[in-house]
Amino acid sequence: MDNFADYADWIYLLGAVLFVLTLRGLSSPKTAVAGNRYGMFGMALAVIATFFVAPSPALALIFAAMVIGAGIGIYRARTVPMTQMPETVAMMHSLVGMAAVLIAVAAVLNPNQNFTAVFRFELFIGCFVGAITFTASVIAWGKLSAKLAAKPLKGAWVKPTQAILFLAMLGFGADYFITDSLQSFLIMTAIALIFGYFWIAPIGGGDMPVVVSLLNSLSGWAAAGIGFTLSNSMLIIAGALVGSSGAILSYIMCKAMNRSLLNVLFGGFGSSSDTGSTSDEHIEKNYRSGSAEDAAFMMSNASSVVIVPGYGLAQARAQNAVKELTTALKAQGVSVRYAIHPVAGRMPGHMNVLLAEADVPYDDVCEMDEINSDFGATDVVLVIGANDVVNPAAKDDPSSPIYGMPILEANRARTIMVIKRSMSPGYAGLDNSLFYMDKTMMIFGDAKKVLEDMLKAVSGSGH
Amino acid sequence: MNELAQTVEQVVGIPFVAVFTIFVLAIFVGYYVVWSVTPALHTPLMAVTNAVSSIIIVGAMLQTITFDGEITLTTILGAIAVLLASINIFGGFAVTDRMLDMFKKKK
Repeated sequence: MDNFADYADWIYLLGAVLFVLTLRGLSSPKTAVAGNRYGMFGMALAVIATFFVAPSPALALIFAAMVIGAGIGIYRARTVPMTQMPETVAMMHSLVGMAAVLIAVAAVLNPNQNFTAVFRFELFIGCFVGAITFTASVIAWGKLSAKLAAKPLKGAWVKPTQAILFLAMLGFGADYFITDSLQSFLIMTAIALIFGYFWIAPIGGGDMPVVVSLLNSLSGWAAAGIGFTLSNSMLIIAGALVGSSGAILSYIMCKAMNRSLLNVLFGGFGSSSDTGSTSDEHIEKNYRSGSAEDAAFMMSNASSVVIVPGYGLAQARAQNAVKELTTALKAQGVSVRYAIHPVAGRMPGHMNVLLAEADVPYDDVCEMDEINSDFGATDVVLVIGANDVVNPAAKDDPSSPIYGMPILEANRARTIMVIKRSMSPGYAGLDNSLFYMDKTMMIFGDAKKVLEDMLKAVSGSGH
Repeated sequence: MNELAQTVEQVVGIPFVAVFTIFVLAIFVGYYVVWSVTPALHTPLMAVTNAVSSIIIVGAMLQTITFDGEITLTTILGAIAVLLASINIFGGFAVTDRMLDMFKKKK
């Protein structure tokens, strides 16, 4: 079996290539399904090869663990509602983190292991990244699923605590590196777990899309760290792919909110200086409100409609209603498209999945950059449960906290309709001048109810 | 650093710089491949990368071993890690498949 290790490396190489193809497949929905299959195949190859590489594997235990894991994983994958994807993904990150910690601890306790200095160094890296990923993801999961308060943990003591924990973690890690003390290793791991909590707890619920992307990245680096300890190129490659993927997603999310990563991690949005523009909030402003029927009449007479969905749409479970309204309008010859802001959902691409679930055709769904130039020639923009992503203050008001954030330029359309529960401000706590424009009509009520009323009116007029 | 590199070479027979080269090049591959992912599929991307990073199951399996026929704490911890990674692998690929199916139908 000794020479098999040589062949195993070839299989791991094949696996790594398949993983690259998996990500490559996601460049289009047409190739994505095949890409996902490549990923499954690559994973299966790697697992089978490892059976032959491992010295005296406890086969019964491994099989039992895999079968139970497969059962839980597949059950969850089949049943989870798409609205709950963000917390599900956060939970999955935490499992990667925990697994990395367990592997590192198991390796430390492994009597056969040869503890060289570099091995201890890599174990330390893999373990603390994994530990931070674990607790941080659990907190992110809690905030996303509303099991924990979305409010950030605040106080002057928070930052010093973070710094002390981080330094203590490095200190015990260094001690383990130098003295090979098991105790230091375990203390280091425990501190890393606590640090994960204090790292994410001060970040508000609204920033969770960035946090989830960042933890995605971190789970990749943890895998790469374990890969270094095993000097297994497949783990290193897979970890690096995931690490850079998560880093890119974090960058895209930050850019869509016009904030730097450091600002998200250490700034505490909404906790401090939201000055300026809030001062004129007390002034009574006029807005025009209308009924669902009026809106439906205008839309069926329009030639082009763009729908801007926000997370409010998903909260009202109105994806199917909006899809049916679209179908009815299209039947009357109206062109209907959707405009998606990168932070429209609770994680990158979340709104796209929610619309796809409701059978909205992929080609009707446009990204911000594709559609922004078309708003000027659009008859009706229908904003559903979105607010800050269409706030013109981001473009014109330098004193606004969201100034500079890229927005969907709904204000340039001929008519704007906004479905909203009330005039209360969005998550950033800002007033939106779009709502007070002469050409804007506010339709108050639950999104699903309003859309159903619109549908009735549209189909009624068509026959 | 030199001492470190020499130690790795002794243990695994591969120069440390070679392993690190793989790591750096893989980051570049990841960077360019992920930028080509359409934003509409960013959620499936996250789910599938979760499954991919669960390749650490390889590390977990290598710890789930018996020592002269004995099951030790290392074996148990390894088995739990195999369990967690399996949840992610099967769950991650399955949920990605489910999402991609939504994008595919009614093309």
